Amino acid sequence: MNGKCLIKALALPAVLLLTGCADIEPWVKPYERAHLADPIMQFGRNPVSDTYIIHVYQSREGARGAEGESGGGCGCN
Amino acid sequence: MAVTDRKTHGLYLVGVLLAGLTGTLAHAGVLSDDRADAMYHSYNGGGVEVDGPSVLVLKKLGESVALTGNYYVDSVSSASIDVVTTASKYNEQRTEVSAGIDYLSGNSIMSLSYTNSDEDDYEANTASFGISIDMFSNMTTVTLGYAYSWDTVENNTDSSFSRDIDRQNYRFGLTQVITKDMLMEFTFETITDEGFLNNPYRSVRFLDPGSPVGYSFQPEKYPRTRTSNAASVRALHYLPWRASVFGEYRFFDDTWDVRAHNIGVGYTHTLRDRWILEAKYRYYTQDKAEFYSDLFSRPDAQNFMGRDKELSEFHSHTASIGLSYDFIQDGWSVIDRGSINLLWKHIWFNYDDFRDIRDTSAAPGKEELYDFDADVLTAFVSIWF
Repeated sequence: MNGKCLIKALALPAVLLLTGCADIEPWVKPYERAHLADPIMQFGRNPVSDTYIIHVYQSREGARGAEGESGGGCGCN
Repeated sequence: MAVTDRKTHGLYLVGVLLAGLTGTLAHAGVLSDDRADAMYHSYNGGGVEVDGPSVLVLKKLGESVALTGNYYVDSVSSASIDVVTTASKYNEQRTEVSAGIDYLSGNSIMSLSYTNSDEDDYEANTASFGISIDMFSNMTTVTLGYAYSWDTVENNTDSSFSRDIDRQNYRFGLTQVITKDMLMEFTFETITDEGFLNNPYRSVRFLDPGSPVGYSFQPEKYPRTRTSNAASVRALHYLPWRASVFGEYRFFDDTWDVRAHNIGVGYTHTLRDRWILEAKYRYYTQDKAEFYSDLFSRPDAQNFMGRDKELSEFHSHTASIGLSYDFIQDGWSVIDRGSINLLWKHIWFNYDDFRDIRDTSAAPGKEELYDFDADVLTAFVSIWF
């Protein structure tokens, strides 16, 4: 990943949300998403275990929240 | 509830509802395939043993609606340092039931869910709403979540004792495709609490020259409100040999002056298409709450007083390994795919301002600092049908 790509990736959603423009050209084409669709590329591959681990940490730490969305954005449909 | 592990019950429900059940959706724009998970979980550390089952089911009704359900049990046997120094060993059980419905419309999924958690001296209820939206040709997924919880705190030694807690969670998430090999996720969450936030069983200790050990105890007292903010960023990168690397960072801050950071890294490896191996490391550190002290100078030393080690200054290391095997890949009867999974974590807790008062040879405030290790195990079977 180059720096230009990263900046574009992070800045575009915010800019487009503000401008109301949603018609953009994806820089990762649908046929290029095989790797992203692999189960090993899911943030929360095992929901039953992931929620339990969140419970273990929350029970023993002062911090809480923002443990992750457990999915989304894989672009694999 | 008893002396330990109280503050998270209602909070855990929110974690399940906002992160867990919505997590089964995979991503906006399409509902996950039907699946069922049956898990045995176990925690053993610091004199506390907790184990039990958890069953999670997701079933679609047509292409636009999915129902989710979760049944979870904690069977607790506790002789933690809090318990052995100020109370007696106890056993208890907590049962939790969740139900949710997800509705797919275009590139959005809306979710409603409800959870109840019940034990003999604590009841927690949570209702939540969430929406997940795919944007920009599925390059970006935005999620918004809100949850409201209402808990009732009771006391096994006082049948007339009953106090309430109200809690609200607000969550924003953004998942972004960076390249054809990389995803990033940003999450921000604000949580507000109001009500009886301390533990009716727990005590603080204070210097008492009249006591044979040099100190005495009095009930802890917390503020009635708390607001916290947490922000996290995570990244996943695919490697050419069908493996992936993972990294995360989270920052936490609240109105009790608890400030925490955690970082994590992980590596996932595949073997022969059927095996997934993973290894992770996590480091966590936090400051103490402003009203926390291991040893107060006198009784009623300040308006708010706490000696919960989870609110003290401490750090922990977690190492984990996981193993997953697909025992069905190409379908068998009504099952499309099945996997069996094992995950083991070992956690080292090191407290910087919480002393082991079982050490009676030392002067008050000079005892050794407390530390302990814990083992966490989950074993579960997942089937897709």
